[in-house]
Amino acid sequence: MIELISADRCVGCKLCVKVCPTNVFDMVDRLPLIARKEDCQTCFMCEAYCPVDALYVAPYADLHIEVDEKELIRSGLLGSWRFEIGWGTQEKATMAERDTTPFFEVFTAQHRGS
Amino acid sequence: MSLNEKRLCVDVLVLGGGPAGAWSAWSAASQGATVLLADKGYLGTSGATAPGGTTLLVIPPVARLREEAVQQRLRAGGYLSENAWIHRVLDQVEQNLEQIEQWGYPFPKDQDGTPLRTHLQGPEYMALMRKVVRKAGVKIWDQSPALELIHDEHGVAGARGIDRLSGKEWLVQANAVIVATGGCAFLSKGLGCNVLTGEGLLMSSEIGAELSGMEFSRQYAPSFADGTVTRGRMLAWSTLYDAEDQPLLQGERTFSSIPELLMKGPVYAKMDLANTAHKREFLRRAHPIFFMPLERAGIDPFEQKFPLTLRYEGTMRGTGGLRLMNKECSTTVPGLYAAGDAASREKVTGAISGGGAYNASWAMCSGTWAGAGAAKYALAQSSRADQRKPTAAGQYGLPAGVESTDTLEIRPLISSIQAEILPLHINYFRSISVLSSALERLHALVPYLKATPPSTVQGKVQTREAAAMLMVGRWMYTAALARKESRGLQQLADYPEMDPYQTHRLLVSGIEKINIRTESVPHAHELSLLREERAI
Repeated sequence: MIELISADRCVGCKLCVKVCPTNVFDMVDRLPLIARKEDCQTCFMCEAYCPVDALYVAPYADLHIEVDEKELIRSGLLGSWRFEIGWGTQEKATMAERDTTPFFEVFTAQHRGS
Repeated sequence: MSLNEKRLCVDVLVLGGGPAGAWSAWSAASQGATVLLADKGYLGTSGATAPGGTTLLVIPPVARLREEAVQQRLRAGGYLSENAWIHRVLDQVEQNLEQIEQWGYPFPKDQDGTPLRTHLQGPEYMALMRKVVRKAGVKIWDQSPALELIHDEHGVAGARGIDRLSGKEWLVQANAVIVATGGCAFLSKGLGCNVLTGEGLLMSSEIGAELSGMEFSRQYAPSFADGTVTRGRMLAWSTLYDAEDQPLLQGERTFSSIPELLMKGPVYAKMDLANTAHKREFLRRAHPIFFMPLERAGIDPFEQKFPLTLRYEGTMRGTGGLRLMNKECSTTVPGLYAAGDAASREKVTGAISGGGAYNASWAMCSGTWAGAGAAKYALAQSSRADQRKPTAAGQYGLPAGVESTDTLEIRPLISSIQAEILPLHINYFRSISVLSSALERLHALVPYLKATPPSTVQGKVQTREAAAMLMVGRWMYTAALARKESRGLQQLADYPEMDPYQTHRLLVSGIEKINIRTESVPHAHELSLLREERAI
């Protein structure tokens, strides 16, 4: 679930409030606040849409964990999902463009072995 | 009309902003209708497709291959599907995928330049659909869940809802409404599925629409136990282990035995069949959403075991939904259309789950058809919808149904509904006695909806979600108890065999009192013929 809105990075653009499918965020004093964390469905969409990589969604659906922003930056995790989708500014190709893989079933039948 | 209300009149109102809603809106607008799309969340992020994506189904337009696919589908679906509809989907989806490519989706090409339409990555697919829908002139209201439909003696006339961000209520008058609100997954936290709580089915039922196939709702998807991503196909590359590290199973495509294994104890998976860098890279690229959460949790799924759970997929990956009356996907209510998982998919998948590929195709096709049908219907009306004098139809979990000043407590109500629907021992291992008592307990929850919904925006929306989940659960179990046999997704311990005399669909309708009746299907006699052949 959503664990971090970086106060350093957030520019108050409201996009996370607008795109969250389950209405987790509220705007308070021109900045988004995690108002209803219990409604977060861990879909990672807010993180993908955040234009300044200010959000971090931890992979756990039910378990709240403490996260350390500096550590997330150091390990490259903050913004990594947007980067992988290819929606940042530095990527040469999007996830869809990189996905040149054949049909899953065909590949599985050919390469998995018995 | 209160001052604090947004108001609009359009030809076609689309409820839902997943793939089916997007295709519906685009299709209706392409026919010249004025269209508003209202979504509970955001067109681009809402629904089961957006966060992950989908594998596609492409069967080359070669008569023999198509015929084989259709026959295979008919058999697998327990003869409840219709060959003509399967053909229709295979034909239509090809056009839709071509359209997606023209709009700019970067399908890779093979050496001869033929596009390889193997997957759609969800975030990019749905961002593209948003762009296309806007460009077609559709007005989009995000964060705007519909709460109830409005109607008069001529049928549906629009909907009322609320803007979750401003708190403003809205009223949209429209001569045609397309319900594309998805299935009902009971807040089981499968990826992207918590917006799918069944309000579209409840709203439609309140104005008399019928549902079909609600008994085919026994689908659970394996997921990393701590996370949300449900990608069962990845387990085809896995070995399953028990808590003592003993291998249980290896490389099954469907792992249909996971429910049995989980009843005995924890189950772990490791993708150790992907034993080369090449294989690992393929899997990583084809389904990035599967790997990212595991990696964030510090797990390398090729090298380390991870715990599995099953997340209930309700009618989303089941088959049931609003009964469709014709090729334009209209329901039994004039002006009301259904697309995607909100509609019954039995015509195409019969008694089995559509799975990702068929369901993704269905969303595109049914959206295209419903959009065109709704536009044609709305444009043929002699007057605009705002000339009509409709009334609001919503009762359950809305002020109109309130009989007590006590405030409704939503969380306990939702937990009580989930306690009857999510457990494997009730809903997966179905038996008459267990289902009957669960259904009785669900019936007993209905009076709780007479309490006053909380006054917050979220309280209003969540009360309606709870009401919808409760009704969907009651319809599912009522239908499951009426189908006294095992066919496709419906398996009943008391009746483990398929009964050829029940080769029909089950239609349910009504809320307080649930009515149930059968509908005949065109290929039923083929199943009987097969049995006669065997007997000889």
